[in-house]
Amino acid sequence: MSIVSALLVMGTLAIGAALLLGYAAARFTRGSLSLTDKIDALLPQTQCGDCGYSGCRPYAEAITRGDADINQCPPGGAVTIIALAELLGRDPKPLDRHYGTLMPKQVAVIDEAVCIGCFKCIQVCPVDAILGAPKQMHAVIASECTGCELCIVPCPVDCISMTEVNQGIASWRWPRSQDASRISL
Amino acid sequence: MSRKLWQFHGGIKLPGHKALSNREPSIPAAIPVRLYLPLQQHIGITSHPVVKIGDKVLKGQVIARAESYVSVPIHASTSGTVVDIGEYPVPHPSGLSAMCVVIEADGQDLWIEKKPPKDYESLEPDALIHIVRDAGIVGMGGAGFPSHVKVNEGAENVVNTLIINGVECEPYITCDDRLICERADEVIGGARIIAHAVKAKRCIVAVEDDMPEAYAALERVSGSDIELARVPAIYPAGGEKQLILTLTGEEVPSGRLPIHIGIVMHNVATAAAVYRVLQYGEPLVSRYVTVTGSVARPRNVRALLGTPVRDLIDQCGRELGAPMKVIMGGPMMGLPVHDENVPVTKTTNCILVTNGPERGPEMPCIRCGDCVDVCPVNLLPQHLYWYTRAHDFDTAQDFHLFDCIDCGCCAHVCPSNIPLVQYFFFAKSEIAVEEEARESADLARRRFESRTARLAQEKPARKSPVQKEKVVVGGTQDDRGQKRAYIQAAIARTKAKRARAGEAKRSKEPSTAIDADSKSASRSDE
Repeated sequence: MSIVSALLVMGTLAIGAALLLGYAAARFTRGSLSLTDKIDALLPQTQCGDCGYSGCRPYAEAITRGDADINQCPPGGAVTIIALAELLGRDPKPLDRHYGTLMPKQVAVIDEAVCIGCFKCIQVCPVDAILGAPKQMHAVIASECTGCELCIVPCPVDCISMTEVNQGIASWRWPRSQDASRISL
Repeated sequence: MSRKLWQFHGGIKLPGHKALSNREPSIPAAIPVRLYLPLQQHIGITSHPVVKIGDKVLKGQVIARAESYVSVPIHASTSGTVVDIGEYPVPHPSGLSAMCVVIEADGQDLWIEKKPPKDYESLEPDALIHIVRDAGIVGMGGAGFPSHVKVNEGAENVVNTLIINGVECEPYITCDDRLICERADEVIGGARIIAHAVKAKRCIVAVEDDMPEAYAALERVSGSDIELARVPAIYPAGGEKQLILTLTGEEVPSGRLPIHIGIVMHNVATAAAVYRVLQYGEPLVSRYVTVTGSVARPRNVRALLGTPVRDLIDQCGRELGAPMKVIMGGPMMGLPVHDENVPVTKTTNCILVTNGPERGPEMPCIRCGDCVDVCPVNLLPQHLYWYTRAHDFDTAQDFHLFDCIDCGCCAHVCPSNIPLVQYFFFAKSEIAVEEEARESADLARRRFESRTARLAQEKPARKSPVQKEKVVVGGTQDDRGQKRAYIQAAIARTKAKRARAGEAKRSKEPSTAIDADSKSASRSDE
């Protein structure tokens, strides 16, 4: 008899708690991010289109749909691929070389003496990082430039070049201890 | 009179080696042939040079101006000629070079006209702050945080206690000790000025209990308005948060500053520098530096800022023989000097020449917990170490990585010779880099989204340039190869064009001036 009542009591408690928790889970979840948002948050936002899509967000949407693989982002490199693999529960794989290779961060520089003010680079810049107006000299806002290289092709006078971001003393990073480098990611 | 003191967790009793250098009075260091003044000697924005190569400068003349609120100007530390503004070795863990103004001394050491302000008590705190800033004064205890920012804290906060820190807890260093012994009046005078500026209710000057001469000197000149304190010589008793706990029993909460509990702390050398600018109108151009270790005459020197380390070692008697390591700072927190041309800066307190034994090879952690016992901030260094090794920086931050004060106690006691602090430096800089990358990605995302929205709004019918680009980009893999080749070709053409333009420019110089004119005209049009 005592066993039955114990089972009843515990069972009722369990069902009650389950209902409460289930309700709380449904009622109090914070507006969670969609999968596309989560993927987009991991991408480097270079907006270069190297992946074959017109920007990072479209690539994120393609991954969500299952159209694109996780190893198509050259500027993100291994770090992005590992983060995506972790998010999606897949195995990481090396970067697909067809899409490009990981390069140090660059910014576009306009040779102001050559620029004719054609406005073409301004139209293609995905982050509006080029300043200027038709028939006026153009200039790249270095702090906003993502180094996507999209402005190079449209320039009719080839006045845009890519320069590496200065790796001065301010951007120096402490090295890993010798021994720590034996541990792989 | 003995005052009640509290005790912080951990810490270690280290052999002081202070008697090596604190017996002799300080001497002025010789004026070097060339002085190298880094444009960044403080935390904050790099100063901007205001002199040109070839300019004659006088001692105390501003050679670089402050670029923002958290920045200070830099002054010529002797009279002479500016011979270069360029990259030279500076004290930095990387051993890299940074922008310096190089002055060739004329040997006369002529001061610019000094304009000592009038009596400080009649000055508003606001005016005092400007004077302190214009004198280029930064925290001279090692951090190099611009002092006027801390002096200004009285404006918005109630300051109960001003602490003047003369607790030189690292072994070998005695520059604050000698400074107090020789210039106690300046230290106390500076303390009174800062107390006036921050409207402090009380002011404590603290030294270590192994500095009897300095304490006696302070006793002679301090009045009833200044409290003196002696704290036990346990490393790191001179750490800001440790000293506050020792003197007041109050703990500065994690991630907050002393001002949040009504306390402001300045180093004794900073106080003396504040006194000198208000009394004599002298900006910060020199400082006490301990030269100690394996040199013939270890002692303190009053070195002009910008003096190369090599000159100071030579002046104190370089010992020939076995190659020595040179450390800037103390043995616990100092930086190895990669190049003896690095100059003395506003934060250089000690030059330690040593041939001490190397640390043994790093061995695995045996989970002994010694590091936990000595950590003065109550952290768990072994946990931080494991998470750093595993690149799990988020968890390391959960274990309060950023409360670590880099004191090195954990590494000092580690029986496995693990360079724990180096791991923590690595983790902190990696986190900073990640943070920066995330911020720039967020910026790019916002700009991309607003551009997409704008294009959609502007011309719904027209295909946006981004979409047009997709045709080029999103084609077959052959197309992409072509695109890459096209970009490379375009870059090559640009380079060739620039090379040609460079030659053309050299051949007819005047045209560049016209170019520059038309350029500035078009810029003003925008």
